[in-house]
Amino acid sequence: MIKNQRWIAYAVIFVILLFVPRLLSIHDLMLFEYGLTFAIVGLGFNLLLGYTGLLSFGHGAYFAAGAYTVGMIAKYLPGAYSLEILIPAALFFSLILSIIFGFLCVRHTKIFFSILTLSLSMLLFALLFKLYHLTGGSDGLRVPLPTLLGISFKGIRRPEFLSGTYYYFLLVLFAVSCVIMRGIVSSPFGKALQAIRDNEVRAELIGIRVRRYRLYAFILSGMFVGLGGALWSFVNGHVTADLSHWVFSGEIVYMTLLGGFGIFEGPIIGAILFTYLKLYAMGNTQYWMFVIGATLIVLVLLLPNGVAGAIAVLLAKLKRKKALEGTTC
Amino acid sequence: MWVIYTLNGLYFAALLFLTSLGLNIILGVMGILNLAHGSLYAIGAFMAAWTIIQVATKAPASFLFLSLLSGLVLAGVVGFLMEKSLIRAMYKRTLEYQLLLTFGALLLLEDVIKMIWGGQAYYASAPFDLLGAVDVFGNVYPIYFLFVMCITFLAGLFIWFFMGRTKLGIMLRAISLDREMATGLGLDIGRLSTFAFVLGSGLAGLAGALVVPTTPALLGIGMEPLILAFIVVVVGGLGSLKGALVGALLVGFTRSFGIAIFPEIELPLLFLIAGIILVVKPQGLFGR
Repeated sequence: MIKNQRWIAYAVIFVILLFVPRLLSIHDLMLFEYGLTFAIVGLGFNLLLGYTGLLSFGHGAYFAAGAYTVGMIAKYLPGAYSLEILIPAALFFSLILSIIFGFLCVRHTKIFFSILTLSLSMLLFALLFKLYHLTGGSDGLRVPLPTLLGISFKGIRRPEFLSGTYYYFLLVLFAVSCVIMRGIVSSPFGKALQAIRDNEVRAELIGIRVRRYRLYAFILSGMFVGLGGALWSFVNGHVTADLSHWVFSGEIVYMTLLGGFGIFEGPIIGAILFTYLKLYAMGNTQYWMFVIGATLIVLVLLLPNGVAGAIAVLLAKLKRKKALEGTTC
Repeated sequence: MWVIYTLNGLYFAALLFLTSLGLNIILGVMGILNLAHGSLYAIGAFMAAWTIIQVATKAPASFLFLSLLSGLVLAGVVGFLMEKSLIRAMYKRTLEYQLLLTFGALLLLEDVIKMIWGGQAYYASAPFDLLGAVDVFGNVYPIYFLFVMCITFLAGLFIWFFMGRTKLGIMLRAISLDREMATGLGLDIGRLSTFAFVLGSGLAGLAGALVVPTTPALLGIGMEPLILAFIVVVVGGLGSLKGALVGALLVGFTRSFGIAIFPEIELPLLFLIAGIILVVKPQGLFGR
């Protein structure tokens, strides 16, 4: 029954999201699209943090892998520049990168894992930054409008593209990502990951191959983040090496915490909130890092389960209250 | 030319050693990876640059030590406040929160620096110019770089003596070896942790103060040393002083010769070497 209710809620939200382009101005819609791409990133990131218990400070690398796949194909293979090729390509390259990095990183846990993921993402940053001739260095790469199933968007301006076809493309991929991730975390594989998170030794004793499962989680997580990066690049129109910088990875961690990593929907809420919070802070003060940093500290000290966690606690309280009233009547 | 590269390698290593030593002490004693360590380095750099600019015309001989002291002290004070207000609440929390809190502190401090010193660059090359250059095997080499090496050597010697021979140092090592046992023996963990944090912060500030006569103090100056210090810690092993020294030398020489031979891929090369070491020895060279 409860499970059913949840899916009904999802369906209702999806239908509402279909009408978002009519409700929001083009500026707000673009922000919302940024939020949606980061929501996919957050979902992927949370598989590692919330479900496997590994904190990566280098997930910007897979984001950059997805985004740069798009930018590089635009530059070197303009013939293949269409969404139905770009998205699988982005998934493929983030898969390759997360296999390589993941293989090195899952040998460690805790702080060592965090430092290692951070250092490796900085390796990619250094490569993207220094190999000027290939990657455009600090200028980055331009991301023109892609084609979709042979439909060309030449002559259409970016805002129109974003508020039309692309929004629905993004929304469908977002919904698919949610369903797949939901499937992953409630599958036996997902349960095994949670067992590893809760007690590594016990998980190993009941026959779970801990390191291999961690690697699988790492790879899946990297692919989701790569998909988010590729989708993001079209909204942004430009990719730079900063995407692989560890401060950007820190923002991914931040939005996941802001929403709450203990809850499946947490990162989605966090990603959308963070997008608006960052823009609001940047628009109103030159000290936006101060605002973001202070918010983060307050969050860690007072709201460790994030916004979604706080809402869940509130709902549980209300429910209990209702139940109490029911018994007294 | 090779003499110069070697000396440059030693110079890079010296600065890096100070930074990673501070990071390593905090990590070892408190188990907290301080992402804001680079900001403390930046605070040291800005403070020292400001001091040099203020006093350069008045007391040209003594301002060198004054600037170093000011950078060290201010970073130490900021570290003290940080530990007392924020880090203190984090000892019992999980890794995610500890890292995120220091990440928040990093963002916050970057903008605090911007608020205090403004967005402009501070050029404070007076000590560098004052000390001039010396002839080393037929090559002209700035004395200031040699001065940095001397200061680092003295600081390293001091820390080695302090950690190995004094009672306070032995207590700190006891905490990093076995926190629970140390508590059981009646050590005041809270106060010792504050001390370790201030010490680590001061070292970062000193490194920042040392670097500033050779490069202007800019916003974000602490980012690269932080990443390099991470590499040193990963390669050398968590919480190991010997590891910090060897790691710093390795990174310093790789940088110096990398810049000379493969200028384009000097940084990736560094990561490559670190990666190879980790595949062969996952705990780092001197990790436990």
